[in-house]
Parts: sequence; C-alpha cells; structure tokens
Amino acid sequence: MLRRADANLTIANIARTPGGARVDLVLMAEMVERGSKVLDVGCGDGELLRLLAASRDVDGRGIELSREGVNECVAKGLAVIQGDADTDLADYPDDAFDYVILSQTLQATRHPRVVLEHMLRIGRRAVVSFPNFGHWQVRLQLLFAGHMPQTDILPYSWYDTPNIHHCTIKDFRQLCTAIGVEMERAVALNAWGSPLRLNAPWWFWNLFGEQAVFLLSRKG
Amino acid sequence: MFRPGFLWPALSGAGDLLPEAMASMVTVQSHGETTRDPIVRDADHPRDSQIAHFGADKPLKLDAGVELAPFQIAYKTYGTLNALRSNAVLVCHALTGDQHVASAHPVTKKQGWWETMVGPGKPIDTERYFVICPNVIGACMGTTGPSSTNPATGTPWGLDFPVITIRDMVRAQAMLLDHLGIESLFSVAGGSMGGMQVLQWAASYPNRVFSALPIACATRHSAQNIAFHEVGRQAIMADPDWRRGRYHLDGTFPRRGLAVARMGAHITYLSDAALHRKFGRKFQERENPTFSFDADFEVESYLRHQGISFVERFDANSYLYLTRAMDYFDLAADYDGLVANAFRNSPTRFCVVSFTSDWLFPTSESRAIVHALNASSARVSFAEIVTDKGHDAFLLDEPELFAIVRGFLEGAGKARGF
Repeated sequence: MLRRADANLTIANIARTPGGARVDLVLMAEMVERGSKVLDVGCGDGELLRLLAASRDVDGRGIELSREGVNECVAKGLAVIQGDADTDLADYPDDAFDYVILSQTLQATRHPRVVLEHMLRIGRRAVVSFPNFGHWQVRLQLLFAGHMPQTDILPYSWYDTPNIHHCTIKDFRQLCTAIGVEMERAVALNAWGSPLRLNAPWWFWNLFGEQAVFLLSRKG
Repeated sequence: MFRPGFLWPALSGAGDLLPEAMASMVTVQSHGETTRDPIVRDADHPRDSQIAHFGADKPLKLDAGVELAPFQIAYKTYGTLNALRSNAVLVCHALTGDQHVASAHPVTKKQGWWETMVGPGKPIDTERYFVICPNVIGACMGTTGPSSTNPATGTPWGLDFPVITIRDMVRAQAMLLDHLGIESLFSVAGGSMGGMQVLQWAASYPNRVFSALPIACATRHSAQNIAFHEVGRQAIMADPDWRRGRYHLDGTFPRRGLAVARMGAHITYLSDAALHRKFGRKFQERENPTFSFDADFEVESYLRHQGISFVERFDANSYLYLTRAMDYFDLAADYDGLVANAFRNSPTRFCVVSFTSDWLFPTSESRAIVHALNASSARVSFAEIVTDKGHDAFLLDEPELFAIVRGFLEGAGKARGF
C-alpha cells in the first residue's frame, strides 16, 4: 500500500518492485505536474491512481472496463467508474482535466484516433503508453518464426488478444502529426524497463524500444 | 373477524403465513374508534423514536404551492456527533422504509431495515459516524403524513394532505438538520426512493453534502415505474374499504387493496432468476395441484405473505402519497432539462451503485447519473454489482456492496480529515 506518510517512498523505489510493466507507470507519473487533476482511462486495479495520489498529490479519477477492476478501485476509495474508452469519453466536457492518461490501452481500443482526440479535448495534456510493435523481437518472430508475435508484454495468442490495434512508435508519431498534436516528451523503454538513450534516433527507438511513453499537448 | 379467507377467499391451509401482529389489527377494528387505530397512533406518537416539532412559525414550503404547518419529523440517531459536528451521515429510506434503520422495528419487532449496512463495525459505522435516519414527510411512522391528525379538524388528514415530492422530503430533512444544529453532512446514503433523496440533497444543498451514495436509483421515475405504481394505487382505491381515503374515520382499512399493491410491487423488487432460484415451480405443502385457486405454488403463498405482513405496518394513503412523490421525481426538469446542471461545480464526492438484475432501476439509469456527473466534472465512482437478487439487492447481504460503501466512506473520510 502506498501512503503519503511514507516519506522515503520515492518513485524510483517503486520502479524496482517486481512486475516489469510498472516502470511505464512511474515514467507517466513523473510527467504529471504535482497537484493536477487527472483522468486515468483504463485504470485497471487503480495502481497508477494510487501512485499519482501518493507521489504527485493529484486529484485522480479513473475509467475501467472490467467490473472487477472498478469494484476493487472503488473499495480502495478511488473515484473510478465502469466505462468504455471508446464510447464514454464523449460524455466528458472540454478541459475537464489537466491530464488524461491512457496506459497500455490504446492498442485495445476500437478507434484509437478518436480516443486520442477525445483525450486532448478533455485534458490539456495527454500521457499515452503503449507496447511498440516495431520492437526487434516482434519483427523477428514474424519474419523468422512466421507466427503472430508473443512477448512478455504481449503474451496473448492472436485469437484471444484484447489488442486489436497494434502500432509502432513510428506509427504513433505519424498519428500525432496527422491530428496535430504536440509531442512534448517521449521515452522508450527497452526489454529490461530502462529508458533508451535520449539522443538516439527515432529508428533506433522503434527497433529497440519495447514500450513507449508520450506526453502530448494540443498545438498552439 | 380476520381469517385467511378474509383476504383471499381461496387461501386456505395457510394459517402459518399469518403474522401475529394481525391479531392487534382485529382488536382495534372491533373498537371502531379512530383514536384506537394503531396506524394513526403511530403516525402521531411514534414509538421508540425522537421527534422534532416545527410550529406555525416554521412551515414546510411544499412544491404543491402550499405550506404545511405545524408538522413533525420522527427520526432515529445512532452513534455520537463529534465536536466539530462533521461526522453526520444521513440515511434516507426507501418507499416502505422508516427511521428504524439499525434497530428493531416497534411494530414488526424485526431488525432494522439496513442493519447489514448500518451499525457498529458495519460499512456505515456508527462507532465512527453519527447516523441520522428520519421518516420522510408523507410516511406513516411518526413524521407528518396522511394518517397524522390534521390539527384543523382533529381527524386524520387523509386525502386532504397535500401531495408531496422528493424535494419536499429533502427540504424537511434540511429543516431537521438545522434543528439539530448540523450544518454539513459527511455523507448522505440511500437506495431506491432513498437514492432519489440523496440526488436531490446533492442538487439542492451541494455545500451541505460532502459525499453522496445514491444506490439503485435514477434521476427520474421511468414510465414503466409510474405504470407499476399506478397499478398499486388503483388496487388500493378499488378496495371498498378505502372509502375515498377516509377509512380511518370509518374504522375500516383497505387491506386487500394495499396487500395487492404490495404483492405487485414486490415482484418488481425481485428478479426472474431470484424467484426461480427461491421457488421455481415448487408446490406449497402438497404433492399435486388442487385444481383450484388455492396458493398451490410456493411463490403464490410467499407473495400473499408479503402482502399480508405489509398491511400490518403501513398506511394505505401513505402508499399513495409516497408512490406519487417518486412518480413526480425528475431532477432534470428543475434544471433546464439537463441533470448535469443540477450538479454543476458540485463539491460533493459521489459513489453510484447499481445491480445487474435490477430491472426497476436498471444500470442504464445509474449510468445516466454518472454521465451527468461526469459532464459536470463532479468526482464520481460507479460500480455495478453482479447479483440475481434484483432491486432489493441493496437491502440484502451483498459483500461487494459493503466493501464498496466502506471503501468509499473511508476514502471520503481521509479527504475530510478523519
């Protein structure tokens, strides 16, 4: 359990806890300004919301598709509703949040572009993390093994995966350009959860980044 | 003389279904005096309750355009109000509920209607919170209603009682809180009609409500629900003993009508799956059908029991008034047709809960509340609980509901600085 009272509990500590995928949450939390108002779309069991409340003092809300996830979050005292990113973001007014976060969920939405557009309508900024389908392991599996890639962060078989819109870092940047979104920050993580060199070229990130985290804002 | 056949001529061999308390109704009937009418007695002088009196100088302004004065509110409290007066939780009861939320009912002697939820160590913990549960205006357990004595005539109000609304109930509750010196509520909680009051509270007095728990309810009563209520009212009014609402004066009581209304309503509180699980097509204490209109099926005898036991504790006219109040409830109508306007810039933290098998207030209604709250940027949690127990699930043993209510209140308590 994370409590604000744990003064020595830093984000770095949490990064070292087991369960590799947490690293992107830590990165995302670092991108959020203290005390801001945040909507976490696809908040799961509320891990990021609790992290944000504990480390960044944010006023957090969540949307989660799975009923179990929602009920667990609400029982923990988090403001979470059962809902679908594809349909329910339309109900939120403009500028309702400082940040709208989409963690490892973009590739599971039916209309990623519409979801992204709504995120930047509802929030002044958006933070998005997603598994990079351009990662060398993914490329090699398809090229040499000839089957749909299955990796640590993409463990599903093709027939039961919730991920229906995979994209690469390059694809995502193109989408951001297409809808006129400012990329304020981007971080790619390798398979061990370490950020790749900042001055590396995009093609390098696209090949060696297993997942990516983007901080986006509206242009102008 | 009350016999099983009195209510349903075909009901025989069902003596075990008769609640003992019916016997008292019979004795009172034989007196033929309105003053000995237990319903009127409980309306004027509620047992085991606290009463707040509001004199002619403090009228209740009703939506119907009239003022009610004097009037009284019967209520129960549990727990202790803290020094800052910041730990008060208002529990709003449903259509046929009352103030006896967490202690034995003085008429039926059964346990409080929400003892699973309210009490020491329970999700609404009376060791932490000061729980207030008032009987609503228009009801019959001590708060002024149609079975109370009209001071102008000295006889029960009957249909002379003004038609009341959910907003009137809430207005009266706000007066009770003023009377108790409680400016702000830590939480307001309730299911069904109680949930409607919760929503009205948050809309009417946003700065007095720190957190709100509307459960299994809606921002307006649907056409289907109005239709069900109308069937119940017609059943009461079709009973010759109703006497155009003057039954207290005539020493009668529309038992059959009220019992039928309750039977019909009770079906809407359950679900097909729950009825099937509980009763299926099982016969009641017999192997074969009797080829008569006896209560052959267990489900029939169960419903009859629900009807019979209801008339012992509830006033028929109150049933008319309270169902009407629910019918009239339409939060959006008071806010330019948009529910979101009712909660604009609301500081209240909301937790909306619905149940999968509730077809009276289905999840879609709760979702509409959530959409409106999101549109007004209010802080809202929403959980749908999987159960086959129907609308009544909010009153029953639902561990997930308890965990959610407990977690929500604890989270709100931290924000409140408890």
